[in-house]
Amino acid sequence: MASQEILREEPSRGSFINDPRIRSLFFQTLVVILLFGSIWWIINNVIENLQRLHIASGFQFLKSRAGFDISDTPIAYTSDATYGRALIVGLLNTIIVAVAGIVIATIVGFIIGIGRLSQNWLIRKICTVYVEIFRNIPPLLVIFFWYSGVLAVLPPPRESIHLPFGSFLNQRGFYFPRAIWGDGSWLIGVALLLAIAMAWFVAHKARQRQRATGQQFPVFWTSVALIIGLPVLAFFLGGMPLTFDFPKQSTFNLTGGFWVKPEFLSLLLALSFYTAAFIAEIVRAGIRGVSKGQSEAAAALGLRSGPIMRLVVVPQAMRIVIPPLTSQYLNLTKNSSLAIAIGYPDLTATAGTVLNQTGQAVEGVFIMMIAYLVLSLVTSFVMNIVNARMALVER
Amino acid sequence: MKHIAIGILGAAALGFMASAASAGTLDTVKQKGFIQCGVSTGLAGFSAPDDKGEWKGIDADFCRAVAAAVFGDGSKVKFTPLSAKERFTALQSGEIDILSRNTTWTSNRDSALGLDFVGVTYYDGQGFMINAKKLPGVNSALQLSGAAVCVQSGTTTELNLADYFKKNKMEYNPVVFEKLEEVNAAYDAGRCDAYTTDQSGLYGIRLTLSSPADHVVLPEIISKEPLGPAVRQGDDQWAHIARWTYFALLNAEEAGITQANVDEMKTSTDPNIQRILGTEPDGKYGADLGLSNDWVVNIVKAVGNYGEMFERNVGSGSPLKIARGINALWTKGGLQYGPPIR
Repeated sequence: MASQEILREEPSRGSFINDPRIRSLFFQTLVVILLFGSIWWIINNVIENLQRLHIASGFQFLKSRAGFDISDTPIAYTSDATYGRALIVGLLNTIIVAVAGIVIATIVGFIIGIGRLSQNWLIRKICTVYVEIFRNIPPLLVIFFWYSGVLAVLPPPRESIHLPFGSFLNQRGFYFPRAIWGDGSWLIGVALLLAIAMAWFVAHKARQRQRATGQQFPVFWTSVALIIGLPVLAFFLGGMPLTFDFPKQSTFNLTGGFWVKPEFLSLLLALSFYTAAFIAEIVRAGIRGVSKGQSEAAAALGLRSGPIMRLVVVPQAMRIVIPPLTSQYLNLTKNSSLAIAIGYPDLTATAGTVLNQTGQAVEGVFIMMIAYLVLSLVTSFVMNIVNARMALVER
Repeated sequence: MKHIAIGILGAAALGFMASAASAGTLDTVKQKGFIQCGVSTGLAGFSAPDDKGEWKGIDADFCRAVAAAVFGDGSKVKFTPLSAKERFTALQSGEIDILSRNTTWTSNRDSALGLDFVGVTYYDGQGFMINAKKLPGVNSALQLSGAAVCVQSGTTTELNLADYFKKNKMEYNPVVFEKLEEVNAAYDAGRCDAYTTDQSGLYGIRLTLSSPADHVVLPEIISKEPLGPAVRQGDDQWAHIARWTYFALLNAEEAGITQANVDEMKTSTDPNIQRILGTEPDGKYGADLGLSNDWVVNIVKAVGNYGEMFERNVGSGSPLKIARGINALWTKGGLQYGPPIR
């Protein structure tokens, strides 16, 4: 009764205090004013206090000479470059280790996750032990395990372990020959692109044929033959335009060749193996989440266990797997900031050095936060696109 | 990770700090009853905890001297161990009252970083250390082309290293860590061929390695590293107290006042000694600084004079056995010169 009365009386009373729309507008405006007011107050206070304490502020420092060297530089960098460029080098190092880590973690995670559902007792138990070990150790300890426990106990440069193909392994890292492509090697690249295009075309045609006639075509092996065969053919036709720069012993280290430093290796291995344990659990949950009736129905249609997994179970499992997988990718990217403990020059380490050499802590921390925020948003954006493509199309 | 925490804390502190000028550091320190002193995370001879957990070294003793000047009691100090990267933010944000952490005095730090250096408690220079057993035949830093060099990040050392190799057209690859212990461990494990930092630091670090006798410090000194304590800019009284504590240590040594004889020196009729020890009738040199008149007596009783502090921590009384060299008093051909107390 009471509510009916209010409804009826509302227009006639006209008191805007009781109008829920006006009231909610009022409180929303109040919150916005308070929020921006306090942000403005904080920024203003920071500027005032920086001036009072005679600390330089602003972002002009990005253009001054850095003066320090960085061990891993994906782009050209010397001590004469600017602080801004040093930060970009750090950001690129973070991206490199994050992307490589995501790829390895995904592959290892899927293998372990499927292995946990294996019929084979031994495989199942090994995968369980792996997950329980790596999931329950803090990532920093895993990094130290690889850095101090595995890579640091390798022999010094002069007693390097010789590996096949002129590669070396010692406590300074992993060295392998660097390929130097000579004249005419463009032919190989063209052949590779051509092969990929042809493989795609074959797959497309095979799908059409299967739809029309039901006949299957060995698409996978044809593609492998094309993608490997054509570039190899081009390589021989081009007169084998390839030489190698082998790592050689010099006074202190090995020089020449390609050098992967132990800091990068241990960070990459630690992050990938740590995150792989979580991905394995997500994959297992995803596969378990597809109802048993689905595979039974597929079996009733006469599909064998391989195609059942590939065509029926995994596509449905992916819908469950992708959203939590995105979180793991974000975690991996952010965990890469632990690199500072072993001296890999990622964004956190480089920005920390810049922050200290310039003394501009507020700006330094701000740049770091923005950079990680952007990295995470880009990862989420890409994964959301993947998710949207995988999602169930409802009619 | 900790430096970021301090950075964020610092930023937050700057954000929420009352914008009006806060009370002077001397009043704050007197109110809380101790001095918060920023030191290294462990550098033998300068600031390192001993087996009882007590901080030892020139830098730690300097903070004790300031505490003695302020409170008459050298034990009223609390130490905050800081990495090279954390140190300036810690001072800027008010987490520590004085930074006494083998820090090089440079124009940029004195101006743009909001610091105020009070003096040079140790004149140092950057050097290199190598494992002579693993690298026989290397006896000069100029032979280090191609070497992997261990260095602590965020130091002037890191910058000098880049300059030196560039100037001499040599290659190197830097192996950079944030914490001193991490650099030490990496060098000891053989991750790098050479270790570079202030030469005094190299002698101290050598003692902590697994086989100190294998390592030699190369003769080249590639930079000037005047190490000294710093305070926040904009608090002149506190800067004067820190600066004159340092000068008092020098003046005491010059006048022959030691920890052992300071009480009998109080009866001296030498006007200079009377002025230093505050026994001059109607003298108020201590009170002018905001301290008691017997401030130097307290300082010398707590840590001795500069020479005693040096010999006990890095000189003949220590395992480091570093000679006074340019750190001798000006009267003995060194650079240590204390303006007169009068």
